[in-house]
Amino acid sequence: MADSAVNGAKTGVSGAGEADRPLRHVRQALPHDSAVRHVQGTAQYIDDIREPEGTLHIAIGMAPKARGRITALDLAPVRAAPGIVAVLTAADIPGPNDVSPAMGDDPMFAEERVEFHGQALFAVVATTRDAARRAARKAHVEIEAERPSVSVEDAIARNETVLADYGFGRGDADAAIAQSPHRLEGSLRIGGQEHFYLEGQAALAIPGEEGDLHVTSSTQHPTEVQHVIARVLALPDAYVTCEVRRMGGGFGGKESQATQWAAIAALGAKVTGRPCKIRLDRDDDFVLTGKRHDMRCDYALGYDDDGVIQGYKVAHLVRCGYSADLSQGVVDRTMFHSDNAYYLPAVRIDTRRLKTNTVSNTAFRGFGGPQGMLSIERAMDEIAWATGRDPLDVRLANLYAAGRDITPYGQKVEDPQIMHAMIAELAESADYRARRAEIAAFNASSRVLKKGIALTPVKFGISFTLMHLNQAGALVHVYQDGSVHLNHGGTEMGQGLYMKVAQVVAEEFGIAMERVRITATTTAKVPNTAPTAASSGSDLNGMAAKIACEAIKARMTAFASEKYGVLAEQIDFRDDRVFIGNESLSFPELARDCVMNRVQLSHAGFYRTPEIWWDREKAQGKPFFYFAYGAACAEAVIDTLTGENRITRVDILHDVGKSLNPAVDIGQIEGGFVQGMGWLTTEELVFDDEARLRTHAPSTYKIPVASDVPEHFKVTLYPNANRTQTIYRSKAVGEPPLMLANAAFCAITDAVRAVAPKGARIPLDAPATPEAVLRACASLQGEALDGEALEAGAQP
Amino acid sequence: MAGNAASGHGQVTRRAIRFTRNGVAREIADFHPRTTLLDHLREQERALGTKEGCGEGDCGACTVALGRLREGRLVYEPVNACILLLGQIDGADLVTVEDIAPDGALHPVQEAMVAHHGSQCGFCTPGIVMSLFVLHEEAPRPLDKAVIDDALAGNLCRCTGYRPIRDAARAASVEPSATAFSASRTDRAAALAALDDASDLFIGDETRFFTAPGSLAALATLCAAHPDATLLAGSTDVGLWLTKSLREIEKIIWLGRVSELATLEEGEAGLEIGAMVSHARAHAPLARLDPDLGELMRRFGSAQVRASGTIGGNIANGSPIGDIAPAMIAWGARLHLQGAQGSREMPLEDYFLDYGKQDRRPGEFVRKVVLPPLPAGEAFRCLKVSKRFDEDISAVMGAFRIGLEGRRISAARIAYGGMAATPRRAAAAETALIDADLDDPASWQAARAALSRDYSPLSDHRASAAYRARVAENLLIKALNEIAGEESAQTRIIDNRGGGVLAAE
Ligand SMILES: Cc1cc2nc3c(=O)[nH]c(=O)nc-3n(C[C@H](O)[C@H](O)[C@H](O)COP(=O)(O)OP(=O)(O)OC[C@H]3O[C@@H](n4cnc5c(N)ncnc54)[C@H](O)[C@@H]3O)c2cc1C
Ligand code: FES
Ligand code: FES
Repeated sequence: MADSAVNGAKTGVSGAGEADRPLRHVRQALPHDSAVRHVQGTAQYIDDIREPEGTLHIAIGMAPKARGRITALDLAPVRAAPGIVAVLTAADIPGPNDVSPAMGDDPMFAEERVEFHGQALFAVVATTRDAARRAARKAHVEIEAERPSVSVEDAIARNETVLADYGFGRGDADAAIAQSPHRLEGSLRIGGQEHFYLEGQAALAIPGEEGDLHVTSSTQHPTEVQHVIARVLALPDAYVTCEVRRMGGGFGGKESQATQWAAIAALGAKVTGRPCKIRLDRDDDFVLTGKRHDMRCDYALGYDDDGVIQGYKVAHLVRCGYSADLSQGVVDRTMFHSDNAYYLPAVRIDTRRLKTNTVSNTAFRGFGGPQGMLSIERAMDEIAWATGRDPLDVRLANLYAAGRDITPYGQKVEDPQIMHAMIAELAESADYRARRAEIAAFNASSRVLKKGIALTPVKFGISFTLMHLNQAGALVHVYQDGSVHLNHGGTEMGQGLYMKVAQVVAEEFGIAMERVRITATTTAKVPNTAPTAASSGSDLNGMAAKIACEAIKARMTAFASEKYGVLAEQIDFRDDRVFIGNESLSFPELARDCVMNRVQLSHAGFYRTPEIWWDREKAQGKPFFYFAYGAACAEAVIDTLTGENRITRVDILHDVGKSLNPAVDIGQIEGGFVQGMGWLTTEELVFDDEARLRTHAPSTYKIPVASDVPEHFKVTLYPNANRTQTIYRSKAVGEPPLMLANAAFCAITDAVRAVAPKGARIPLDAPATPEAVLRACASLQGEALDGEALEAGAQP
Repeated sequence: MAGNAASGHGQVTRRAIRFTRNGVAREIADFHPRTTLLDHLREQERALGTKEGCGEGDCGACTVALGRLREGRLVYEPVNACILLLGQIDGADLVTVEDIAPDGALHPVQEAMVAHHGSQCGFCTPGIVMSLFVLHEEAPRPLDKAVIDDALAGNLCRCTGYRPIRDAARAASVEPSATAFSASRTDRAAALAALDDASDLFIGDETRFFTAPGSLAALATLCAAHPDATLLAGSTDVGLWLTKSLREIEKIIWLGRVSELATLEEGEAGLEIGAMVSHARAHAPLARLDPDLGELMRRFGSAQVRASGTIGGNIANGSPIGDIAPAMIAWGARLHLQGAQGSREMPLEDYFLDYGKQDRRPGEFVRKVVLPPLPAGEAFRCLKVSKRFDEDISAVMGAFRIGLEGRRISAARIAYGGMAATPRRAAAAETALIDADLDDPASWQAARAALSRDYSPLSDHRASAAYRARVAENLLIKALNEIAGEESAQTRIIDNRGGGVLAAE
């Protein structure tokens, strides 16, 4: 359905910090800043930038084995290939051979040992991309191969981890479970996910004088690219500038994962003295870059006669890949979201950060949260199966509520009533109860096809849990013609951040949108920034830009007040003009006058999130500035003969606070849901016994296409001002909607339940591929897939 | 001299490809035979609106439109520029995202994409715009969700969730509207007609060439002279050998100018499909034979893949997971091969000897495939199972032709894809099914069990062996249930046999 509604989005009610007057730009459903350039194909991505004369091209030489000692690396055939200008190895790196974000365990090029199949061993610099790619396959590599760790179980058997185990909790969960009238335990496997940003990893490094480097990179974290390049090239940070105008998608996959390629391009530029470009081939991108963490979640719980949890224990056994990368934050966030929206009186959450010989898993929209949340949704379903109650009633009974509102890490949920209200409203508008009855009737009469339905909530904590990242800067210039140059530390990857911040700036100055010129993010204008991640982009950068505008506006106001002898309170910036008492000037006129009178019209705004703190040792604090909420109701149909399945209807109610831009927010919600649905249905990462990724291209790794999205796909914004002082009382929206897709997985699980005996547990792991669904059905029907295949095979 | 091989039939040999862009005739005389259209556009023409998202035909970021004259009518189709070779645009009107609206203005689909917030990161957008452009200009009716989704199946978008794109498609194209582009169609058709010649095309020299003979005779001569050359049809397989396997193919014989290979005849004797008939063209006639064959074609790759890929290429390639062979084997199709020595024909199943090995002699090529009419009293079903419904390769494909005498099964042809090293018939199951009773499912069980003697499938990233084996059995049961009378709406999630509605909606 096309009628995605925007409740109260245009009411212009004032939120935090803004003047008490109708809003003209903020809250408007304005198109993406580059929408026209997108549709015309004129928006430039890295590979579209006109290459300087003499630009060279880079391809990566990759390890043929997943684990072992490198005994020979003969690059002579590579060097002899046509068009080769240089071959880069670890020996060429002036600084440390390390491109990791923090832990020092991600070499640019493997030196002594390889840790995963496809790991970068060297890079070829050639006159054409084709020549580089061909030459990169010509190396003679010998590896004393060892059996790789592929699975969670492999890593546990070897007891290999990338980071120390970590756990926290409250009370005595074991005792609470033991004393509960009912108990159950189970395990859910949750698959990983490839980002599949449509624009692959790319960077262009141009050498300047005295070692200066200008690097354009498709990165969510230009500051890290800058710092890591400086580190590996042994240069001061100030010699390196990193810039990015836009990415063709990021989703977390370009938070730490863009760095290595930019750094290799920079090294190539240093070694050859020529501009160097790298653009990973899609298959190489799949193999070389990290993915969402997959894990096994083992849980145990006790509950009372009403299905209310008394004690809960979960152990997340997380496959981190070969190095730490961002796994500390990711797995911590899994822990922070292991409660999702549910109160857990006595609780214990443990994690193991396991090392496997696979590419290092990394940030991905939700940053570990989705896995924690899905595991407790399964626990809710388990209670429903065991008690025969409606899963929605079990969820409602366990929801945070007044007096039952402290999270396992000690932060109070200040507004739990919102979740109750949202779920009630969605259950009503989506007609949940009546449809459940209809589905039961359908299932009773349908032999092959079975349907299911689920309604699940989302509660997602907003802030970086690594405290120092909760800061942002913006640089705003007003020129003498009244045009405004806007720059900030946030990057644009499609999420509409640039537009949202520009709307804030136009609002602050009361000027037309056209006056605000959005400019590429660069470390030369705003330094030391956080990655654009954790959904924090507009919260942080919007505030920083607002602060910058306010400072400039204050100077302009003071000047006008003095010049015209009018009180500052009587000066108003609106309608592209400045009203000064009874007079008015155009914004450019005042700007020009300010310049003539030596008033500074430039300001660097800086913002840091207040109130938040987190003591990881004590596992106590307020790590989140606030929570974003949502709820989704999904319906599914499965084919019990093949396991094929489809989501047939989706209704969503989502809380974005008071929206900065409802069109952008609805886009984030729809896109997030569909991406989450892909993660939980068709997207399957298959590593073979040799730890080779077998699904390394869109031919084998299947993200949703248009027909996978139901016609009835209704998204409604929940009208609710953020109780916290955020930019115009909006809420972050980048990540939370992804977890709305838990409803899709639970709906498929519910459909499988239609073939199950009463009270049976549904052995469905994520993703719910046709095979996974058929396996679950078959085992519930007593005809387990492998069992019977063996029998059948044994026949003459 | 190289060209002589091609022009041995007294025709003039052309030394440059010719195509039109924006109504202007263009020639390119010098290019490496392996050059893809995408690389040419981006690197030579700096037409940078066309993007590379995967380089293997699966994401659609590189979508451009090609217009060709078909029986005098100009038809535009979307193609994947990343795997299409530059030489293949010979004789076509090339339209990229830069070309669809006069300077600065927006085409209705572009306007609608902006108005409906159809782009986020924008990287998929030019490709999506081109798919919607073709939808608009070719104006299929009705323009419902299914038609729009089919038009978009070859365009991945990771950002939007597709809803706004679907809305944009509807808003722009529900009512046909005249555009600057549509107004130029007559002129474009005339420009293309002026290019039309039956010459042989030859670019390169004896050791490295892209050649496209203009007749069957010239093709036969060329194949005999260059048995080591690669035959190129739609390039939806060969393209990937180049972009992904980096095969150093130097000699390419493109079949796209041989009109005798592109014939399509529906008559009393059945359906004759020339090797170079694209999946898109074969779709409707196959659907007329049986709705399941139509559905198989609807789900085959994407609009882009169907526009380029050919029936002959799919068969010739001999892939164990190709969709067309099992369906046509079960149907009882016959394959016609031709070479300089003459032509021969065989039951389609005999063509597939072993993995990667077909009964094709040096210098021979696939000429056509013939599907006889289905006799009265016989029923056909084919069912494809893949991880994702659209644009995915089969995990298992099952095809069943069942002969009936009353309710008794009197004949069976059963073939599967994805179950063995080649598309193959299930001889044991076929035998076991004879005399089974449509009204007694217990009598089907022997055939079901016999499948384990016919096949020992492999495990791979698409499915495990156990899953394949089970699904093969279940597809047989599903087909028999339907033939026995169960409504397909009750047995299929996507029921395009019974009328095209999603069972669950
Ligand atoms: C995105 C995508 C999706 C796909 N989806 C499907 C799918 O759903 N089902 C499926 O079955 N396949 C699918 N394919 C595979 C592919 O489209 C088919 O195999 C296609 O039909 C090949 O035809 P072509 O004309 O492109 O052949 P080409 O790539 O040009 O050639 C393929 C092979 O056949 C040989 N050949 C071609 N024509 C002849 C001839 N007349 N005589 C002798 N040899 C010849 C060539 O030399 C080559 O070896 C897909 C491919 C892509 C890229
Ligand atoms: S680039 Fe993906 S289909 Fe061509
Ligand atoms: S808008 Fe980003 S992939 Fe479609």
